[in-house]
Amino acid sequence: MRAEFLSGNEAVAKAALDAGLKFYAGYPITPSSEIMHYLARELPRKGGMFIQSEDELAAINMVVGAALAGVKSMTATSGPGFSLMQEGLGYAVMVEAPIVIVNVMRAGPGTGQATKAAQGDVMQARWGRHGDQVVVALTPSSPQEAYDLTIKAFEIAWGLRVPVVVLSDEFVGHGREVVEMPDEVKEPEPGWGPEDYGKPPFGSEDPRKPPPLPPLGEGYDLLVTGSTHDEWGYRDVHSFETHFKLVKRLKEKVLGNIEKVFMYEYFGDDKADILIVAYGSMSRPAKAAVRRLQANNFSAGLLKLKTLWPINYDVLKSYVKDARVVIVPELNLGQVVYDVKIVAGNDTIVIPINKVGGGVPIYACEIVEKAQKVLG
Amino acid sequence: MRRLRKHFSRKYLREEALPTPFCPGCFNGVVMNAMFKAFEELGVERLKGYVFVSGIGCSSWIPSPHIKTDTIHTLHGRAVAVATGVKLAKPNLNVIVIGGDGDLAAIGFNHLVHAARRNMDLLVILVNNLVYGMTRGQASPTTPEGMRTVTTPYGAYEPVMDVAELIARTNANYVARWCVANFNQLKNSIKEALSKYSRGFRFIEVIAPCITYVVRYEGKTPGQKIKELMKVCRPNTETPYGRIGILKAEDKPGYLDRYFEYVKKATEGDKNA
Repeated sequence: MRAEFLSGNEAVAKAALDAGLKFYAGYPITPSSEIMHYLARELPRKGGMFIQSEDELAAINMVVGAALAGVKSMTATSGPGFSLMQEGLGYAVMVEAPIVIVNVMRAGPGTGQATKAAQGDVMQARWGRHGDQVVVALTPSSPQEAYDLTIKAFEIAWGLRVPVVVLSDEFVGHGREVVEMPDEVKEPEPGWGPEDYGKPPFGSEDPRKPPPLPPLGEGYDLLVTGSTHDEWGYRDVHSFETHFKLVKRLKEKVLGNIEKVFMYEYFGDDKADILIVAYGSMSRPAKAAVRRLQANNFSAGLLKLKTLWPINYDVLKSYVKDARVVIVPELNLGQVVYDVKIVAGNDTIVIPINKVGGGVPIYACEIVEKAQKVLG
Repeated sequence: MRRLRKHFSRKYLREEALPTPFCPGCFNGVVMNAMFKAFEELGVERLKGYVFVSGIGCSSWIPSPHIKTDTIHTLHGRAVAVATGVKLAKPNLNVIVIGGDGDLAAIGFNHLVHAARRNMDLLVILVNNLVYGMTRGQASPTTPEGMRTVTTPYGAYEPVMDVAELIARTNANYVARWCVANFNQLKNSIKEALSKYSRGFRFIEVIAPCITYVVRYEGKTPGQKIKELMKVCRPNTETPYGRIGILKAEDKPGYLDRYFEYVKKATEGDKNA
């Protein structure tokens, strides 16, 4: 076990190297740049490729190219850069490129507040692109989780041949804590092997199983297109059947593996009266709030979503159904609260707590106050 | 009856993807033919080890799905970026980008000019058909002034972008411009860019006016247009499409050469790092 005092951004970079990262392309942007700085220093020394791209459009497309060539690749960005990467992310979904994108969230819209934390991009990670798709998004709440979830991101990306978004934020990215790392990390394996190379690269009988991605340059004549294609990659931009089959399979590939993809933690009383549903950095004041509520003789619990998308509604519902009050603290104007409302019954009160800007968090006392006020 | 010999280029094509969807008489065929002749003369029997990357537009359909090797059909304008990723991930692959004027000179110009500045080890073939052919002939950055298109119904008034000259001003190793009437020169240029000048950024612009939205609008047939281009596009002269010929041919170290030098410095332990 190695233990180091790391910022969340450094933890992401270290995790990526431990997961076998061999290609990084990125464009400078606050508050994500430390990831790039670390990899600029370390990747060339470790036999990897580092390139500072001309913009974020280039960064994500370079990363897709490297992934299609069979190399573990990643980019990191923040708000405006993540907006520019949406097109490329949609392309990665369509061509099933196993890439990892880190978005260290800052306050938007526009240039917003570049150095201040926010959680405003969670719906963008889910719905930010044209067309239907399911994108996996993980939300670390600490440098430790930034490390753990980045490794997990590579596992999911290569296990299912999908792009994975790591939704960090400025608090996590710039916060420094002790991070424990295993001495040896097993490099995530692709969900296919050389024995699968002769099979269709864009189709599988079991939609939950990723099709194989054969290596470029070895005579497999891989045909890749971002347009609607059949299982061998031939463009078919007219038929209903081909398109519907493809987008349904891409969706099922993720949702059919939701047990593997969806990660969460629960802390507090069983069947708590007061449930806090939180993710990322805001799950930390939420945890403190649970402790204080318990000290005040309330029954309270925290459901911390480590995987935000796709959300496992069955799990969410199993916790929400017993609660009288569900509090959803978010560093935005209210986004994930709507998903909580979907599963909440008529008797459950769902209360959002929203703040954003200035690097001001939601404090535990605010959550406690709100809960006590509602329960009177 | 005499058995017809298979055209030599069939070995480079995914036969099941034929015929191509190009308009009858489209000059994309000339570009394909020149490229395949170049491969043939280089003794390439199978394109294994070559990766073609293209974006969106008619010329982007030259490789995808027709060329029988690994082909990546990317988003509009992003071919050079994806190609860069492929090349850096697998430096032993030969990566070739084929795209149009809309793809490479408009939406993707930033990637093009920066790949050229980096002297990225890529061959980029720009098939300049003077309009956005696939989307019905809108004006592009290379549409000649005065030409009527659906978006310039009273005649194009924006000055033209001379892509090859711009790229020649960067650190790129090899830059040439030919038109479809300069078939042998084009073929030799592609050959040269894959053999004698096999590293760094190599850029070949091919003037190939769109049969449907340029040539037909001028009231000409493809044959008439070729005859006209043969007169206009004399090698090493100024033409309405810019200077025709080899604008630059150098063999400086490419991006990868320089990157590996840099890696050497990094692994030897730069004390300032």
